Order: sequence, then structure tokens, then C-alpha cells
Amino acid sequence: MISHEQRLQRQAMQDRAFRWATLFFALLVLLVLVGIILSLLIGSLSSIKAFGFNFLVSEDWNPVTEVFGGLNSVKGTILTSLIAMLIGVPVSFGIAIFLTELSPVWLRRPLGVAIELLAGVPSIIYGMWGLFVFAPWFADNVQPWLMRATENIPAIGWLFQGPPMGIGLFTAGLILAVMVIPYISAVMRDVFEVVPAMLKESAYGLGGTTWEVVWNVVLPYTKNGVVGGIMLGLGRALGETMAVTFVIGNSHTAVTTLFDPATSISATLANEFTEAVGELHTSALIELGLLLFLITFVVLALSKLLLMQLRRNEGAHS
Amino acid sequence: MTSEIQPKIAVRNLNFFYGGYRALKDINLDILGGKVTAFIGPSGCGKSTLLRTFNRMYNLYPKQRAEGEILLNNQNILNDGVDLNMLRAKVGMVFQKPTPFPMSIYDNIAFGVNLYEKLSRAEMDDRIEWALQKAALWNEAKDKLKQSGLGLSGGQQQRLCIARAIAVKPEVLLLDEPTSALDPISTAHIEELVHELKKDYTIAIVTHNMQQAARVSDYTAYMYLGEMVEVGETDAIFTAPKMRATEDYITGKFG
Repeated sequence: MISHEQRLQRQAMQDRAFRWATLFFALLVLLVLVGIILSLLIGSLSSIKAFGFNFLVSEDWNPVTEVFGGLNSVKGTILTSLIAMLIGVPVSFGIAIFLTELSPVWLRRPLGVAIELLAGVPSIIYGMWGLFVFAPWFADNVQPWLMRATENIPAIGWLFQGPPMGIGLFTAGLILAVMVIPYISAVMRDVFEVVPAMLKESAYGLGGTTWEVVWNVVLPYTKNGVVGGIMLGLGRALGETMAVTFVIGNSHTAVTTLFDPATSISATLANEFTEAVGELHTSALIELGLLLFLITFVVLALSKLLLMQLRRNEGAHS
Repeated sequence: MTSEIQPKIAVRNLNFFYGGYRALKDINLDILGGKVTAFIGPSGCGKSTLLRTFNRMYNLYPKQRAEGEILLNNQNILNDGVDLNMLRAKVGMVFQKPTPFPMSIYDNIAFGVNLYEKLSRAEMDDRIEWALQKAALWNEAKDKLKQSGLGLSGGQQQRLCIARAIAVKPEVLLLDEPTSALDPISTAHIEELVHELKKDYTIAIVTHNMQQAARVSDYTAYMYLGEMVEVGETDAIFTAPKMRATEDYITGKFG
């Protein structure tokens, strides 16, 4: 028989142990984060010393002469992700609206499951499909047409010129769009679904159409989740390696149009890490990794700022 | 109800189905213009369902359907060709819980107005003041029109929802247990408001609270298990109900 006090003491100890254990796990996250930043910094030290700020603005990437500038890779990463977002976000938004507001009930589940399955397709599959199936078809059927259709449009015509090889910046962006759509639309659907029926009915009750209700009421109500979903997709697009490496063309020359072959940070890393013999080459690659890390960080910070701005526009809570 | 006056809403042989379940059974009812009609009855009797047929809110849900006729100004609103958005602009609704949109007080009211009218900034300002005055919220809200509607108290939020509903100048106002989430003081505010508003609107109110029905309504309809048991002038229903079932319910023997 244990006394009442003993039992209380034991429970208090269990509580304490539990608290310390969870605190330890939570601190592990911080520890890992700091560890990654430190090792990236240390690894890229010799590259930083050798090229300094020039690494960010130089387009030269020459492993033979050991001159490295990261601008092309950084541009490739940002541009492909931008293309992916420009295509992926509106499409995902449409998918989510259809699934939550317009779809017949019998279609909802199959469509929802299909999207989740699409999210689970490994990126190498997208890469292979992009290189072997999509790129040749795109080069034969879409690119020539796009080039002809846009060549006389003043502001954007130059974007869609260049070698119609199927692979390049634009194809990489397209494949990325296909890859992030399942993520973004799944998150959007989930957050649209938690909008209280009564809130939507209030808006419909004033005579709003589906579009007016979704745009003016559902979207503001779910803005945190929607931005979160977009960030999830953007995060995947920025860091995606395999699929991009397959279709981006892996060229270190500066891009002038969307159809030009290019490279991205992750594609450069995937291609060159095994061949990087010189210390400076390895270090430059690690510095690229550090840049990718920084880009992701900045994007995350910007999304927080965006949300704060949106909240301010909604009006202060008294 | 006397039949010399043209009813604003006339319900004829209305049946309502949730999938296979028949929730309303052969409802017949006249709702007179400029009067307040209260719907009472135990939970699940179909009073909210009936209210939601008047603006066809049920149309948002694929498995719900209504049969029969509901005549609004002598036009059957259950017809296929009816423009639901126009109908809902004419028949406003306020719900059990306050549902301010996630935007400023000003924009909450402007939202509905903007759907149908193109007003200049000054006209919109006037309309918003008018609606807030009507909803007895102007004095409390005039200094914080730019602030979020979510920052108001529950009672204020509900009056904002009423202001939002009347800002589009509907003909009929449907109130679905509008005070069920409110404290007694806010409830009293809303009830006073109903008194004021009936000068300009036809009001149908669903309520769980029989005293409320007695206080605010001109006519009362008692429903039970999807049937219209008794409709009549509120005084008559509460003092001398014709049906035994009505008497049992309002005296608290059951319900």
C-alpha cells in the first residue's frame, strides 16, 4: 500500500518528467535549425572569402577555372517557382472552390482522393514524365504556336521566344505547377470546408453569387489557411530538385527568355555535388544551399507580413 | 386570418424533403404585409425549415427540395426560373448566431448593397448610416465604422447583421431565432427593433421563446412534427387557442 502523499508525489514527478521530455523535443527543433545554419555557414566560408558579395551578382559559373557566381541558379529557382505559383495558385483556387461549393456530392470524394494521390506521386516520376512525355509534346505542339501567337505582343512577346526544345525555364515552372497544385488545392479545400455554413448562408442570403460569396467572405475568413497553403506549395517549388533537374536544361548561361534552358539552385547542387573535386567548388555549392535556405526564410517572413497587412485592412479589433 | 387583405407571402400545400425525409407536411399559411408573424413549436418541428423556404436557402444543399407553392407578391418563388439572387435580395435573413463578415463594420453593410446598386461614396455613406440607424446601432458604431465587425459585442453583432440585411432594402425580413445566442439586454434591444422595423417590412420570426413570440408578433403559427397546427392572431393564440395541442404547448404541459 502506498500512501496518498506518496501517490501525489509520484504524480508530480511524472508531470515534471513529462514537461522536461516535451521541452527537450521542442528544443531539438531549434538545435537542428541552428546546426544546419552553422554547418552551411562553415561549409561555404571559403567560397564567401573568395568571392564575397560578387557571388550574389555574378553569372559566371566555371568549375574549370574555379570562378563561381550564383546569380543564374538563384534566378532559376525564383523564376521557376514564380511561374509555378502564377499558374498553380489560380488553378488550385478553382479546384478548391469547385470541390467545396459547386461539385455534385458524388464527385467530391473521388476528386478529393485523386488530388491527394497526385500529392503523393514521387517527384522523380514528375521529372521523368516531364522529360520523356511532356517536353517533346510541348516542343512540337505548344511552343511554336506560343511563339507565333505572342511575337507581336509588345510587353510580353519576348518572354515566349527562344529555342523550342521542350526543356527550359518555362517547362520547369509548368511541371512545378503541376506538382504544387495538389498541395495548395488540398489545403484550400480543407480551410474552405471549415467556414461556418451560417456565414456563407448570410452572404448568399444577401443575394451574393457563388463567386461573390467565395471572394468576399470565404477567402477573407480563411486567409491564414490559404496563405499557409500557398507557402507550403511555394516551399516545395523552391526546393524541388529531381523534377526540375530533369526538365530545366541545366545550363549555366544567363537566361534571356522563358524558353531558354536554365538551372536552379537545387538542380545545380544535384548535378555537381558528385563531381565537385575542388574545395572551392564544394564550398560554392554549399553557399548556394545557404542562399536557398535564406530565400525560403525571406519568403516565409514576407508571408507573415502579408497576413499582418491583410489583418490591418480588415479593420482593427476593438 | 382574414382573406380580404392580399398576403405578402402565401404558402400553398408546401411539402419539404431532406432526402427521403418529409420535414414539412402540406403547409398552408398567409403572411400579411407589414406584420410580424412568429413561428413557435418544439425543436425539429420544421419552423426553421419553413423559414428557409421563403428565400430558398435550402437550394444550397443538393438533397433538399420543396414541393407546392410559395407566392411572394403573387409570384411562385418555387418556380425553376426564379433568380435566386434577386429573391434573396428581396427576402433578407438573420440567423441564430451573429455572422459578421471578416471585414470592417462599414464593409459588412456595403457588401450586400454593392451587389445590386452602384452608389457613390456619399450615397453609400448615407445608406450605411441609415441602415445602422434603423438597426439602432448607429450611436455605438459611428466612431468605429472602419473597425472589424468581429470586434463588436454579440448583441451589437446581431444588430449589425440586421443592419446588413435591411441595407439592401428587402421587402421581407426572416429572423431565425435571432436572439438565441444573446443575453437578455441584447434580446430586449432586438425585440424593440422588430417593433420598429415592422412599419417598413414584413417580418417572419422563428423563436423558441414563447414570451418573445407573444411580445413581438401580431400573428403566431404553432407547428408540430412538420405540420401547421394553428395559426392566428397572437392574442388569440395565447389566450384562447382553438387546438388542444397548442394550449398544451403554450401552457408548458409539453414541449
